[in-house]
Amino acid sequence: MEQKKQVAIEMRGVTKAFGSLVANKDVDLCVYRGEILALLGENGSGKTTLMNMLSGIYYPDAGEIFVDGKSVSIRSPKDAFECGIGMIHQHFKLVDIFSAVENVALAMDSQEKYNLKAVAAKMQQICDRYGFELDIQQKVYDMTVSQKQTLEIIKVLYRGADFLILDEPTAVLTPQEADKLFQVIRNMREDGKSVIIITHKLHEVLDISDRVTILRKGQYIGTVDTKDATEDSLTEMMVGQKVELNIDRPEPVDPEPRLILKNVTCKNAEGIIVLDDVSFTVNSGEILGIAGISGCGQKELLEAIAGLQGVEAGGSILYYSPQNRKTTELVGKSPRKIRDLGVALSFVPEDRLGMGLVGSMGMTENMMLRYYNDNKTIFAEMKKPRKLALKIKEELDVATPGIDTPVRALSGGNVQKVLVGREIAASPTVLMTAYAVRGLDIHTSYTIYRLLNEQKQAGVAVIYVGEDLDVLLEISDRIMVLCGGRVNGIVDARTTTKSEVGLLMTNMRKEAQHD
Amino acid sequence: MLSTILSWITRAILFGVVIMFGAMGETLTEKSGNMNLGTPGIMCIGGAFGFGCTYLYEMNAQNPNAFLSIFIAIFCAFFFSALAGALFCLLTTTLRANQNVTGLAMTIFGSGLAKFFGMFIIPEGVVTVKATFANRLFSKRMPVELGSGKIATVIEEVFFGHGFMLYVAIVIAIVMAVFLKRTRVGLNLRAVGENSGTADAAGINVSRYKYLATSVGAGIAGLGGAYYILDYNYGGWSTGAAGGIQALGWLAVALVIFAIWRPLNLIWGSFLFGLCYWLYNYIGVFGVRMTSAQSALLEAIPYVITILVLIISSVQKKRENQPPAALGRSYFREDR
Repeated sequence: MEQKKQVAIEMRGVTKAFGSLVANKDVDLCVYRGEILALLGENGSGKTTLMNMLSGIYYPDAGEIFVDGKSVSIRSPKDAFECGIGMIHQHFKLVDIFSAVENVALAMDSQEKYNLKAVAAKMQQICDRYGFELDIQQKVYDMTVSQKQTLEIIKVLYRGADFLILDEPTAVLTPQEADKLFQVIRNMREDGKSVIIITHKLHEVLDISDRVTILRKGQYIGTVDTKDATEDSLTEMMVGQKVELNIDRPEPVDPEPRLILKNVTCKNAEGIIVLDDVSFTVNSGEILGIAGISGCGQKELLEAIAGLQGVEAGGSILYYSPQNRKTTELVGKSPRKIRDLGVALSFVPEDRLGMGLVGSMGMTENMMLRYYNDNKTIFAEMKKPRKLALKIKEELDVATPGIDTPVRALSGGNVQKVLVGREIAASPTVLMTAYAVRGLDIHTSYTIYRLLNEQKQAGVAVIYVGEDLDVLLEISDRIMVLCGGRVNGIVDARTTTKSEVGLLMTNMRKEAQHD
Repeated sequence: MLSTILSWITRAILFGVVIMFGAMGETLTEKSGNMNLGTPGIMCIGGAFGFGCTYLYEMNAQNPNAFLSIFIAIFCAFFFSALAGALFCLLTTTLRANQNVTGLAMTIFGSGLAKFFGMFIIPEGVVTVKATFANRLFSKRMPVELGSGKIATVIEEVFFGHGFMLYVAIVIAIVMAVFLKRTRVGLNLRAVGENSGTADAAGINVSRYKYLATSVGAGIAGLGGAYYILDYNYGGWSTGAAGGIQALGWLAVALVIFAIWRPLNLIWGSFLFGLCYWLYNYIGVFGVRMTSAQSALLEAIPYVITILVLIISSVQKKRENQPPAALGRSYFREDR
């Protein structure tokens, strides 16, 4: 650090809004040559949006960008490349049936002669120089996620990028693969390239970066030298002070176990473990908050309970019926079977119009979806669903021209009201919600909180998967924190602090705690 | 016996040329991710216009020129079919219409247009108009004489006893295979059909590629229609010809699947289809007696093997043998 550092990219006062949502407000960022900068923040803190403005996906509403001291205007990915900026997105842009070399050739400058051998030779040089391991003739569909990522990085380097942006590069990697990636990134730093890593994993930040820039809710919080930072100090900057929201939290009513999960392990379609040996209890009459960085197994957990996700052998999900105290094993049963056994589960999924409702149908027909089985005749029974639709429209104040208007035409908040209203009307004993207030305005959010609290007081076991820690801290009775598919702790929401939960979210404890 | 088998092979090759053109056009189109089920209709358009223009030329010229007659037939068939392909692309790529529905509508439109054309545009009307001059040119055998031995006759009949369009078709298939595999534009085109978003991100103009591949593909398919009338159907036009072209057009679409989207496979695949299709007419050679109902069933063989190929290639799950991944899907950048 003796020699004078040269500024590579600087962003000054950058602001970007999507409609009324301000994703980035007055953000400054600066990266030097030969440096690794970590961009740290919670989900939805605007990290990716900020970087997308460097890579030409979005154009800033206000603010300036300087590359090597010159003010530039980046309006497309092509402009970004001309500035030497290359971004590796979370979703790879590769053609599956092409080999590695063909994928790189695709991105080639059209002036260059088409010669796959020459491309392969140049790729091999890049691999040797930075220590990438890749079979250049391999087809993409045969590659692991890590290999695909390597290919994406090589593609960007091939085009001559000097500044690399990696969007949560380790999210899809095993620890060993991540170590390898970090070694390559260090090699690139030695070579004088600048690397920006978007991440929310603290140990990675401390491990690899030279400096850290922290964003919170779209705002620039600050930049610190990594050597002066600790996990605690970074967490505090990341989650910030607690904000009072004044959400009601009635005392739990005679809590008794409703669901007991033991050693639940799930694999995703690629065979990777997404939920690892999870055990906990859900009580009636209380709200169990589930916190965690996105993609830590929340979705799979809820789907496993609902019977939509297979559970590996050895796992058990026991349901305690409130009427006769009978227990039912839910693992291995289809949603239909679970319902036929008298288990009253309601599920408000994250993907409202994909899994929850049918967008092109009206409210009435969407009500029918849950009761299609009750029909005794071949003609659809319309009266009851119609009544229910009217009732929900009335009680939850759904803004719709009529109950037959396709729900797709409604705003996000009203769609959610329809969905939550329908699920509650099924008088569940367990109500699961995933990101129930995502994208909703304050008023609607409070309506949802009120509905959840009403259910809780009626003795329903409510599971609330959320991303806003302030809300989780105020609405939940207990908070279970997931980290990398494991239960990293269950805390009392009345006594815990925001930074305790924040730390649990980002740091795997040495020994995962079980309830 | 030998002469019957030779006649079977000749018939099969003529038949094969028709569907090879259709299938080559459809393959090129599908490589761009466009599923143009309008190919049978487009072949009708190619047939009607290719025939019509060259017919009008030979009727009105004092001394019809051989080169001009061929040129007019090929150019008009290609041009009007390509226009129809561009229309398909306009509807699906620019105006975002569903590809399958648009394609089927295109087939109905194309064969209807061809029938109308045959019925009213040509002064003499429908039934038995023949472009005799052009037919002679298109069906003229290659000037190769190999003597009178038995083997020589077989080789001569099988390899050289056909009009020039057979060789044009084979050359196009080879050129197309090289184009797709060995050129940058070919690589880009395949990328568009496999993953339009990736192609877009790499700076490839997705719409332009779709328009060009679909139009040129439709043009090539249209040549098959013109060939159907000017050689396969002995130069004769009738409204019934449109129905015949359409039937072969569907076989061409099946052939694309049979050939697992590879131009070189189209060459032998089309002849195999031809042999299967004409089997009913020649099965007597093998001493098999069939009722007409039974032999009519034989005509379904090409479809049956296409289904088998489809099943085998999906069971194999070999990625190279699958259709272009983005086939049938429209691409809009904002959808990402």
